[in-house]
Amino acid sequence: MKASHKIWMAFAALLLIGVYLFPLWSISMEAPQYPEGIGFNITVDNIEGKEPQDLKNINGLNHYIGMKSIEPASIPELQMMPYIFGFLIISGLIIAATGKRTLILFWLGIFILLAIAGLVDFYLWGYDYGHNLNPDAPIKVPGMTYQPPLLGSKQLLNINATSLPHIGFYFALVSMGIAGMVWWKSEDK
Amino acid sequence: MEKRMQSHRLLVLPAVVLLSVMLFGCNGNGNFSSNTDAAQKVYVAPGELDEFYGFMSGGYNGQLGVYGIPSGRHIFTVPVFSQAPVNGYGYSEETKAMLNTTHGFVPWGDAHHPELSQTNGETDGRWIFINENNTPRIARIGLDEFKTQEIIEIPNSAGNHASAFVTPNTEYVSAATRFSIPLDTDMSNMDVSIDSFKDTFKGTLSFIKVSDEGKMNIDFQILMPGFDYDLSHAGKGPSDGWAFFTSYNSEQAHTLLEINASKNDKDFIAAINWRKAAEYVKEGKGKMMPGKHVRNYIDHEEGGIAKSETIDEVRVLDPRELDGIVYFLPTPKSPHGVDVDPTGQYIIAGGKLSTVIPVHSFEKMINAIEGEDYEGEVMGIPVLKYDSILHGEVENPGLGPLHTEFDGKGNAYTTAFISSEIVKWDIESTQVLDRIDVYYSPGHLMIPGGDSQKPDGKYLVALNKITKDRYLPTGPEMFHSAQLIDISGDKMQLLLDFPTEGEPHYAQGIAAEKVMENQTRFYKLEENTHPYRATSEAQTKIERDGNEVHVYMTTIRSHFSPDNIEGIKVGDKVYFHVTNLEQDWDVPHGFAMLGANTAEILIMPGETLTMTWEPKSVGVFPFYCTDFCSALHQEMQGYVRVSPENSDVEFKFGTGQ
Repeated sequence: MKASHKIWMAFAALLLIGVYLFPLWSISMEAPQYPEGIGFNITVDNIEGKEPQDLKNINGLNHYIGMKSIEPASIPELQMMPYIFGFLIISGLIIAATGKRTLILFWLGIFILLAIAGLVDFYLWGYDYGHNLNPDAPIKVPGMTYQPPLLGSKQLLNINATSLPHIGFYFALVSMGIAGMVWWKSEDK
Repeated sequence: MEKRMQSHRLLVLPAVVLLSVMLFGCNGNGNFSSNTDAAQKVYVAPGELDEFYGFMSGGYNGQLGVYGIPSGRHIFTVPVFSQAPVNGYGYSEETKAMLNTTHGFVPWGDAHHPELSQTNGETDGRWIFINENNTPRIARIGLDEFKTQEIIEIPNSAGNHASAFVTPNTEYVSAATRFSIPLDTDMSNMDVSIDSFKDTFKGTLSFIKVSDEGKMNIDFQILMPGFDYDLSHAGKGPSDGWAFFTSYNSEQAHTLLEINASKNDKDFIAAINWRKAAEYVKEGKGKMMPGKHVRNYIDHEEGGIAKSETIDEVRVLDPRELDGIVYFLPTPKSPHGVDVDPTGQYIIAGGKLSTVIPVHSFEKMINAIEGEDYEGEVMGIPVLKYDSILHGEVENPGLGPLHTEFDGKGNAYTTAFISSEIVKWDIESTQVLDRIDVYYSPGHLMIPGGDSQKPDGKYLVALNKITKDRYLPTGPEMFHSAQLIDISGDKMQLLLDFPTEGEPHYAQGIAAEKVMENQTRFYKLEENTHPYRATSEAQTKIERDGNEVHVYMTTIRSHFSPDNIEGIKVGDKVYFHVTNLEQDWDVPHGFAMLGANTAEILIMPGETLTMTWEPKSVGVFPFYCTDFCSALHQEMQGYVRVSPENSDVEFKFGTGQ
């Protein structure tokens, strides 16, 4: 690999620092009673209300339909994710230092598998929250479940929930793209 | 239709009937040709916001009304000097102290003149002050939460009418005596014959210092002859450092004033050099005199609970001993309002029985003072010569001119109470430019920023004293009526009638963006410092201290915690300290208890309020949430079991399962 390719690979690894600085995913909700909007962001290690009180209010609203309270501290994935991205940054930097092209493919493979696993995990959490409802809930709508969309918008009773990647996710995506480009461009002619 | 309808009413009548028929669907009074145009100007579409906040004093309801301008929509009422059962102001343990005075708890007040705080002569949206006429007081309302945050009593005074006007940087807010009282040498109110008025009765003008945080304290009072001090405005620009107070009853009558106080051809405007007076105070001049008064304030350090403190003395300056702080400007005739134009050069009086509006020149006033061009003195106060200080007189200004506001474009607008109109005139030339009928008998008028150095000369609100046929009749008693007038063009145009609560006297207006950015949406629970707070359901409890029972209760959609309480006995005094755990905008909860001899409390998110209840008989009594808070609001209820006085029922409380 040329020196410029090594630098690009290192850059791809370091871009993942953005994941610690910006949220990965955003869930925003609109309802007639919330003209100002309400929602939360998923960060590398937490779930945070868009406004400080939002998570508390979402949990307050969710108790009517019997949805479990969202408690970031009880979600083990949020504890693991900082280490996963830490591993990707360090291993990416090592690959850049060694300049071994085939390792980039391994790195990308692991990255993509982890990303898919993350999205599947996110889907399963959403399924669990949306389906396993408290039978004593005050509001029970026959046949109604409340799984938020994985990507895009969905009307859930009075609430229109929109699930979209946030800035941190795009940092990861760009990192992945640059690493792919480095692998592509560094092919021996 | 340009001519005044007043004088041509009979001639115009057939034309009105004809036009009414022709313009099918148009609403009779006002400006016949342009109702659609007027409607567009005041129409604020659903979901849109008004351009200005209008703050109208509530007069004898003791409160401050908040309106949207130009729509005229009544959007809020801030409780100030009167108890307000709507939210428990003046009833709850947290707010009761706001209404304390040296006369004890006073549940009602007469609120007259709101005045926005100013910075560099411009309204700044921090606070609005308002006076109480009956039991002399001034309140400060925080515009971050639209709540009364402080009320200070004015001692050695009666009828606090010429109040609460601010200086251009809110250094001072003013107060004055309307009903002079016999003041002894130690400032005490004397047991003397009312006949002794001329010898014994005095007035005071008070200057209340306002700190950067808003805290008010009386810096000094000026002892004045026993006239009726009526209204006031501070100087600005070149006249900054001065304040002007109208007076009537220079005759010093004490009975049948309508005749006996209307005899003199001229009364006085008192020009006060407050900056000089403040210097005297700094030098320790004047005397600390008895002047017991109460200051009530919201203690933000301790849970937002109102506290009262009594202050025993005030500094009194006597113009007979201290030169250069008071001058009298002779002014026809029983003048009411006194208004200083935005440039600060002209002082305009509403001589309510005068046929002209006198306009005094500040520059001429200063020259006359420097040249000692006096025509005499009253109680050691130099009286300047009318002709030496006069800029001009507005001829034919309407009958009964009362108050003047300004548009910042060189024009003045004066209400004429008797001829029921508003007259627009040019300040420099004193020529009348336009006039418009209003319905009926305007008192004050308001242009947003219209008494500041930077008016927003777009709308004018006439605050009328007589309503009669303007709305659907509501029996003998009815709301007052305000009229919105477009003053953006050469001709005034009547746009809208809207009813106002209580009796608005003065009003203030301010561009909405100066206020709406700073709004508190809810109180943060983690910042709640109330000693009886319960910031989570885990902290709820009940404590007994003799026959006093303290219930630490919480609310959240849609339940109380605890909602079942046992162990209360007849003869107990139960304090329900209710903390609203919500942290969401516009989710208050209310609390009402069957048989409580007080008002409900309406608790804002994150706030703790306390209601007391003294059960008088055994049984089980319900309480409930009074504010439709959620879909399960009707379920938001609970029970208290009351046992006989000597019973030994144990405390039992909780939310069960």
